[in-house]
Amino acid sequence: MNQLALVFLNGITLASLYFLVATGFSLTFGLMRTVNLAHGSFYLLGGYVGYTVSEQTGSWVLGALGGGAAAALGSLLLHQLLLARYDGQTLRQALASIAVSTIVADQMLAAWGAETYQIEPPPQLDWTIVLSPIGGYSFLRVSTLLLAVVAAILLWLLLVRTRLGMMIRAGVDDSSIVRALGVPILSVFAFAAALAGAMAGIAGVVCGSVLSLAPGDDTHFLLMSLIVVIIGGVGRLSGAAIGALLVGLLEQFGLAYLPTYSVVLTFALMVAVLAIRPDGIRGSRGVA
Amino acid sequence: MMASRNLGAAIAACGLMIVLPGFLSPFWLTQIAIQSLCLGMVAASLSFLMRYSGQLSLAQTSVAGVASYALAYLGPNDVNLGPGWSMVAAVPAAFVISILYSGAVGTLAARTRGVNCLMITLAIGMSVFYLARQNYSIFGGFRGISIGHPQLLGLAFNDGIPFYYLCLAIVIVSCVLVAYLEETPLGLALRAVGSSPERTEADGYSVGVLKVVAAMLAGALASCGGILLLWYHARISPGAIGVSSIIGTLIVAVLGGIQRPINAFLGAFLYVLLDNYAIDLAGSERFQTLVGSIFLAVVVLSPNGVAGLLVWPRDGTKALARVKHCRCAARKERIGGPSSIGQ
Repeated sequence: MNQLALVFLNGITLASLYFLVATGFSLTFGLMRTVNLAHGSFYLLGGYVGYTVSEQTGSWVLGALGGGAAAALGSLLLHQLLLARYDGQTLRQALASIAVSTIVADQMLAAWGAETYQIEPPPQLDWTIVLSPIGGYSFLRVSTLLLAVVAAILLWLLLVRTRLGMMIRAGVDDSSIVRALGVPILSVFAFAAALAGAMAGIAGVVCGSVLSLAPGDDTHFLLMSLIVVIIGGVGRLSGAAIGALLVGLLEQFGLAYLPTYSVVLTFALMVAVLAIRPDGIRGSRGVA
Repeated sequence: MMASRNLGAAIAACGLMIVLPGFLSPFWLTQIAIQSLCLGMVAASLSFLMRYSGQLSLAQTSVAGVASYALAYLGPNDVNLGPGWSMVAAVPAAFVISILYSGAVGTLAARTRGVNCLMITLAIGMSVFYLARQNYSIFGGFRGISIGHPQLLGLAFNDGIPFYYLCLAIVIVSCVLVAYLEETPLGLALRAVGSSPERTEADGYSVGVLKVVAAMLAGALASCGGILLLWYHARISPGAIGVSSIIGTLIVAVLGGIQRPINAFLGAFLYVLLDNYAIDLAGSERFQTLVGSIFLAVVVLSPNGVAGLLVWPRDGTKALARVKHCRCAARKERIGGPSSIGQ
């Protein structure tokens, strides 16, 4: 198989995973002005819970639902118990979320150990697709891209076509005005926190099926979420998509052609964006 | 009066630290005292930036790491990397490299504040970690660079009482310089940037340049810490600049009380104590859970850290007086009715 095409497809697969994780991070950041540095932990938590559930029940779908639900619950609890209490004190929220990420990472290490896990993928998806010019490619990875596209469309519909989405978009623009207008912004915040957690958790299960899960992945996905948001702009769906695509492709091309300096590429992109457009490629206003 | 009391306390603390080795067992000297001084330097640079440019930077651990890596790479090491310069040439070169790196990070972060700054500096710090872990030709990859026993004039100095005094001397000189800076026009301008960049900008200061200057000064503090840590451990590996170390530095600064650089040494002492005795305390290997919980408790209970707890009664009465004053003012306003709104 053509190496260039393979690297490209792998980059797209990775970008899909980054998109699923970073979108929630970006939306909650834009909405609540708080950096949830425990976001990567919910990704890994979702993956681990999904592994355990799918091992016990033998059903991948139940595993994905379980992982998503566990991460959503964790994210919601963190928001309701800790972050909502310090509404407006963004640095304190960030510090509290760092503390939670430390605790959760250590507890996950205690519960699931330091092994690398691989979730048994659904057999319907586990076959090789023949893409005529380049040869065979795992359909599982293609379906990861499909999942990200479906998630993006659903999110876009939610944000643009529904009343709740309108509230979220207004909240990203100016949450204090939205609050003054009588919108129950705290419920919107809670919903966004749970949604972000659920997406991260499902991404964890998907990544566990397509690639693998191991301790340390939480910080890796946190870093990628940070970079995606820095590159794409805060609180924007399209920004998260562009950022994830760039970061995923750069990472795979870097690993293939500059194996010991691949991080430098992502880093250079981040520096360039910060120097030219400090608010990210898609600016700072508006969602979608 | 306040100044003279502070001076007295500072001299007493210095005196105590100078006679300390006489009372400490070798374990306490190397494991607790020296490590507290080294870690305190790195965390002090974080508090320094918080005070003098109003930015919470999580890249300080990586600044210290760059100093360590630069010295390990350029100077004598055990793994045949780099030019193998003598210590005399390698130490200043490492300083220059890490201070330039710190200035570059400061330039990138200069336009940001609060959580945005935290996000960017965390991303930079983590990127350096992943680079150090994947690169073998400069950073020595996963295992890092080991430097054996560092020698100066044929004497190993990374051990025991001489190394303690080296660390202490560097810490005291740094503290004196920072205290001196506070009194200079530059220090005042930096303080102004730290408390209100907008007003400082309006007064005609170039806030961007001042933030980069603050970043480089903080970089000098962190580099001292990084170089001392390299000598202390006789090696540098990616773990020293990984996420848990970044968070560790933050925890040290916040534990001590982030509003003054010198508090970091108190935070470092508590952190190192925990590190060494957590196993007895928690009865398990869950050190990170314990540290995270304590950190969370400090963030929730006392925004000013442990030092904030120590001075709480005094500040508490002040705050109480302020609350009373506000209530009185509010009552007057209510009595005065709409006519007093314009005042």
